[in-house]
Amino acid sequence: MRDIQPSRRQILGGALAAAGLAGSAARAARPVLRIGVLGDQSGPYRDLAGLGALACARQAVAEFGAGSFDVEIVTADHQNKPDVGAAIARQWFDRDGVDMVTDLTNSAVALAVAQVARAKNKVALATATGTTELTGRQCSANSLHWSYDVYMLARSTALQVVKSGGRSWYFVAADYVFGRQLQGEAAATVAASGGTVLGTSFYPFPGTSDFSSFLLAGQSSGADVIGFANAGADLVNGLKQAHEFGLSRRVRLAALSGFISDIDAVGLEVAQGLNLTSSFYWDLNERTRALSARVRPAMPRQAPPTMAQAGTYSGTLHYLKTVAAMGLPAARDGAATVAQMKATPCDDDAFGSFRVRADGRVLVPAYLFRVKSPAESRGPWDYYTKLATTPPDEAAPPLGRGCVLVKE
Amino acid sequence: MTSSASTTLALARPNSATFFGYTPVQAVALAVMVALLVLSPGVLYPVFVMKVLCFAMFACAFNLLIGYVGLLSFGHAAFFGMGAYVTAWTAKNWGLSAELAILLGGVTGAGIGVVFGWLAIRRLGIYFAMITLALAQMVYFVCLEAPFTGGEDGIQQVPRAKLFGLISMQSDMAMYWLVAGLFLLFFLLIHRIVHSPFGQVLKAVRENEPRATSLGYRTNDYKLIAFIISSFIAGIAGGTKALVFGIATLTDVHFSMSGEVVLMVLLGGLGTIFGPVAGALVVTAMENYLAQFGAWVTVTQGAIFVVCVLAFRRGIIGEIGARLKLAL
Repeated sequence: MRDIQPSRRQILGGALAAAGLAGSAARAARPVLRIGVLGDQSGPYRDLAGLGALACARQAVAEFGAGSFDVEIVTADHQNKPDVGAAIARQWFDRDGVDMVTDLTNSAVALAVAQVARAKNKVALATATGTTELTGRQCSANSLHWSYDVYMLARSTALQVVKSGGRSWYFVAADYVFGRQLQGEAAATVAASGGTVLGTSFYPFPGTSDFSSFLLAGQSSGADVIGFANAGADLVNGLKQAHEFGLSRRVRLAALSGFISDIDAVGLEVAQGLNLTSSFYWDLNERTRALSARVRPAMPRQAPPTMAQAGTYSGTLHYLKTVAAMGLPAARDGAATVAQMKATPCDDDAFGSFRVRADGRVLVPAYLFRVKSPAESRGPWDYYTKLATTPPDEAAPPLGRGCVLVKE
Repeated sequence: MTSSASTTLALARPNSATFFGYTPVQAVALAVMVALLVLSPGVLYPVFVMKVLCFAMFACAFNLLIGYVGLLSFGHAAFFGMGAYVTAWTAKNWGLSAELAILLGGVTGAGIGVVFGWLAIRRLGIYFAMITLALAQMVYFVCLEAPFTGGEDGIQQVPRAKLFGLISMQSDMAMYWLVAGLFLLFFLLIHRIVHSPFGQVLKAVRENEPRATSLGYRTNDYKLIAFIISSFIAGIAGGTKALVFGIATLTDVHFSMSGEVVLMVLLGGLGTIFGPVAGALVVTAMENYLAQFGAWVTVTQGAIFVVCVLAFRRGIIGEIGARLKLAL
């Protein structure tokens, strides 16, 4: 399988899925567990999850090895449309015998699919999702939330930057729910840790491409730190303009939501000095380096995994181990499987030893990184220097927040 | 767009014996469609067929405007999306029954349609399209910011409310019959409107507005009423889709949704009765069944659109009709 190009393999996989049960009937002796990787493979989240997440899920299946059942992976591109995602997940659960869906980039899609998984008593593992609703008011006994959420990204960045001397902040925030949530969380953390918020520029979203006035307002406020409460293309544009003004030499820049794929997109020359949070970095320790070395040949552009993709690997592996321990017939009950996954401590190369909380949040530490300068970087993808670690319990949003699974 | 609209519109409509406004061929085609409606959930996945029907309703509503009045609106996502939001919100928070929630969605669509239409019909052609697009972008912005829509997360976990407060819609098949019934109702209604005296005036406006004015018709009033009917049905379609999937999100109000409905109608056949249904089927099927090929969805959609524009400009149904010299 591995020598075939991903795109062709996908077409093959798709054809197999379309052919339905015909293929499995031929070797009906062994029961089959099907896993669906549902993500954005053509839109803005392509690089942070996309086909890389599929490669990571395949890696987890390969490492799990042969159990008492076969494992098949099906995949689809939800095109960032929640109704398309929900329809595909329904069809997978109802018709194609899929037991678990993972990746779930885009919060609206993740929430919609988690709802379907609950109705059909299957499993949804959100590994590339920002929303904290999934472990809050909309939590369910059939879903788990891996890797990161906006709370962790904003809080960990603000907390550790204040601790290391960045006491006064100015925020440049996208004026929609995501941006306001990031800014609100970070501002509260800054205030609680003894720092001060000197001001915030909310800019209209979408459609803003000129950030110069907001950046200059930030600079003239005299703040130690300018925090970007935005993501993707806006972050990239903001960083480029900050670089043009030479801002990074005078103030500390912090991204409240950034991925290594964003840093790769703008390059070290522009991004150097930026502070950002991630729960995974390929060069973090011996185990993460080993994992990256194993999976990189199958990744698009041989990139090391992002934290979202590492989460897909970790979630799929923990799921498979749990299913093997329970036995496949028992694991067809989605809620029981998720309960078992919460009860079992996890250990893998991506996140080390960790556990899952009652509300479905996976507890992993958050690391604050500084982006290296081109001179410091020793090779491709050598982008980050670790500055600080936020322990898992502090990095995760507080337990409760309207989740019915949490007993008062 | 306007030039392609006017060139494809000149389909001769025979004045021969009709059956409730249907030519014998159209009546047969209608019977086939109804048979497919009854049989398809046994073959295809019902949720998929429901989605097709919601989009077919949306496309028929859009076709009423572009196909029979010659108005190209780029703002129909606003009616569709707001219909979805209002239905989802009222079903979830007020516990309204299915038919009331959907009706409110339609009324919302019509309400926005009054404002959009009143402003936009004062201009023609590309200016009309741009005004509707601009207004729809405002609605999108409101949906992005307003607290009741839930921002990027959308309204989730919408219950499938009981029909008339009595009949459970939890099973996919119960929901299917409701959606199929609604689709058929509005499909027949649009056909009835098109073949009424009112519809004749609409077509007269499409063909030559100054002449219609000179004959004594207040063309703006006719255009506005057609616009409101179209936005009402678009709102119904959005609301129905919200109940089917239990979600209402920004996708439904985004301008790409307005583009998608244009694509459906062009692909199926502008100004044909069955064209929008065929177009909705093709576009939704591509979205659904090509999803497993990842990045190829958008590429394929684009390629098919290019082929359609180059090779059969009348759309699938329009081209079949022209070849067989039938009005479908």
